[in-house]
Amino acid sequence: MTQLWSFPGGIHPAENKHISTARPIAGAGLPELLVLPLQQHIGEPAEPCVDIGERVLKGQKIADVTGGMGVPVHAPTSGTIESISLQPVPHPSGMSDLCITLRPDGQDQWTALRPIDNYRDLDRETILDLIRDAGISGMGGAGFPTNIKLRPPKDRKVDTLILNGAECEPYITADDMSMRERADEILAGLRIMAWILRPERCVIAIEDNKPEAIAAIRKAAEGTQTEVTVIPTRYPSGGEKQLIQILTGMEVPSGGIPADIGVMCQNVGTAMAVSAAIFRGEPLISRVTTVTGQAVTNPGNFDVLIGTPIEYLLTRAGLDNGALHRLVLGGPMMGYTLETPAVPVVKTTNCVIAATAEELPDPAPEQPCIRCGACAEACPMELLPQQLFWYSRAGELDKAEHLNLFDCIECGICSYVCPSAIPLVQYYRAAKGEIRVQQAEQLKADRARERFEARQARLEREQQEKEQRRKERAKAAAEAQAKKQAEAEEAEKSEARGKPANDRAARAAQVQEALARKKAKTREPATVDSKNAEQPASEPAPGLEALEKQLSQATAKLNTMQSMLDDAKAENADNVEKLERAVSKNHDRVKRAEEALAEARRSVESAEAHTTDS
Amino acid sequence: MWTSILIAVVVLLALAVVFGGLLGFAAERFRVEGNPLVDQIDSLLPQTQCGQCGYPGCRPYAESIANGGPINKCPPGGETTIKALADLLDVEPEPLDAEHGVEQAKRVAVIREDECIGCTKCIQACPVDAILGAAKHMHTVIESECTGCDLCVEPCPVDCIDMVTLEPDIRSWTWTPPTSGVIATDRQGAGV
Repeated sequence: MTQLWSFPGGIHPAENKHISTARPIAGAGLPELLVLPLQQHIGEPAEPCVDIGERVLKGQKIADVTGGMGVPVHAPTSGTIESISLQPVPHPSGMSDLCITLRPDGQDQWTALRPIDNYRDLDRETILDLIRDAGISGMGGAGFPTNIKLRPPKDRKVDTLILNGAECEPYITADDMSMRERADEILAGLRIMAWILRPERCVIAIEDNKPEAIAAIRKAAEGTQTEVTVIPTRYPSGGEKQLIQILTGMEVPSGGIPADIGVMCQNVGTAMAVSAAIFRGEPLISRVTTVTGQAVTNPGNFDVLIGTPIEYLLTRAGLDNGALHRLVLGGPMMGYTLETPAVPVVKTTNCVIAATAEELPDPAPEQPCIRCGACAEACPMELLPQQLFWYSRAGELDKAEHLNLFDCIECGICSYVCPSAIPLVQYYRAAKGEIRVQQAEQLKADRARERFEARQARLEREQQEKEQRRKERAKAAAEAQAKKQAEAEEAEKSEARGKPANDRAARAAQVQEALARKKAKTREPATVDSKNAEQPASEPAPGLEALEKQLSQATAKLNTMQSMLDDAKAENADNVEKLERAVSKNHDRVKRAEEALAEARRSVESAEAHTTDS
Repeated sequence: MWTSILIAVVVLLALAVVFGGLLGFAAERFRVEGNPLVDQIDSLLPQTQCGQCGYPGCRPYAESIANGGPINKCPPGGETTIKALADLLDVEPEPLDAEHGVEQAKRVAVIREDECIGCTKCIQACPVDAILGAAKHMHTVIESECTGCDLCVEPCPVDCIDMVTLEPDIRSWTWTPPTSGVIATDRQGAGV
């Protein structure tokens, strides 16, 4: 018996796991359409690499992430790509995201698979790449790409690998049933991950309310060095940080990752997916999902193709639409209410609860906090839920952050124990979101400042260079002038002093003339400008001013455009057509502005007439 | 008695000289270049560089605030920026000065590309170099760098630039706080 530690807080909610463990895992069958969201993992969304109407084979890659973190998406069965469009996806916002819709042809024809019998002969990097290409991301909930997780920072040595089979949240039994029925596969997946990481210790942790799963895993692990550890049932023992604390007595540092203390957690479902990817060469195209709740007549676990609509899954489980009160995706503690059942099962969908009104009643109205402290006692992260609540509600986000808001694992215990029924977690989620938005904005502002300053510097430099060139030119010109003059003088000296005075006078007259021309030129536009400026200024009605400004702007634009058009025509440029279009459009605009102005003038005049009458 | 007074005066004088020297040295040695307050204010401004405040960019406006100017001239920053500035400067927050514009949702410029004639006027107007293009070739806006300052709209001779309000999408979505402010009995009454 290995030593176990404990974590602070925690609760024992009603488990309700028996509802879905009565029968073995069943196949869910083939729905009419499969909807595959391009982002089912943390990181960048995948980009489609198939065309609409294309026939794809089962297991064929249909979307991949080219830049940044992420994993590809594969076709769960053979069929044709029906569309690539925005579809509702399982997300607490209820919004849509880009999805590939696949219409199965029923043949279920596999693409060429490359199973590997002896992975130990291969390079570890190759195996990690195979895991990535199989589209595996964490199947416990968050969906972090597994290949990246399996590649901890170089300076961190993972000496304890934990396979998380705790499944502490009520209702969910997907991992439980997988361990009962597919223990060998899970152990095989664990062995691959252990081979990649080379840890000193390998532990499978299972809560003591799953005796069948414990027995099955013990049997499969016989003769290996893998420890099967039974932990006491208490929510949230399956939380990564809590499980690590139970098994090692160590705490993951705030803001850090488990690898910082030499530990790594992987989900049971992920181990199965890794085993399938290596030994059978199959990408992640299906998963075990629990369909449970009082509103379904045939609850249980299904082996579901990714992309299967939850609607279809509920029909398979015998949904009683009349009894259905609330549809929850995930567990009752951390899951969220689905607005519509028309969303697909994704890689992280572990449970769907079709609950009746008695089972999951609407939350009671929020009442004032009575400072009972129940939330602080139950919090597994030893935070101060009350203080966080005050600060989150008041928008004092920096104070909430200072009280380690970001260490909150959103387990929902505080809301569960609150006698005033305050939805505390929702306040924290909102505050976290707000802080993230602010951080993103700050980052953007910093970048904008940098770009602005770089631009200013560049403009200044260009200006200086221009000035420099001008000076150089002036200098060269002056030199040339001096040279000329010297030559002329030389010539003068050599020549007899005949008509130089006459010549010089003629030149002076020329210069005078040029100066006069220049002056007249500069005066002319100036007077025009002043005329223009005077006209609106003399206008009496202030409301007209804006219209007039608009008109003059439009006319000015039209003029520039016209001149550009003329130039373009003269040069026979290829944008003549565009310009013509723009000019005609602007003609309309000028006309409109004129009309509006005339209208406004008339109304002003009539108003004036009216006032003089009265 | 006189000697004690003399001693006291001499000692105090000596202390004054020593500390004066120290302070003088420190003022030279640890001199701060520029005004650090301007940097602090500048970091709170939204950096749209739109000039709606009447200054040519965010930094000049920050300088004016540091010199005691009003803090309510920045429409893109809006209420939040005014509040942050008021916190920093320890003054009362004021409502946004409507003369300089109103607070709007985040926007970006979008060029209708088939109408663009490639005149480069918008490129010269963009304060953050977020428009890409060359003379007589189509231009486009780098959306992630656009601050939504509006400055490119006016110079465009063919009016092919639109300011588009950014709609929230699934990636920018965040949880909203629960609707509170209603006491329990009210809500029960409303439900009936």
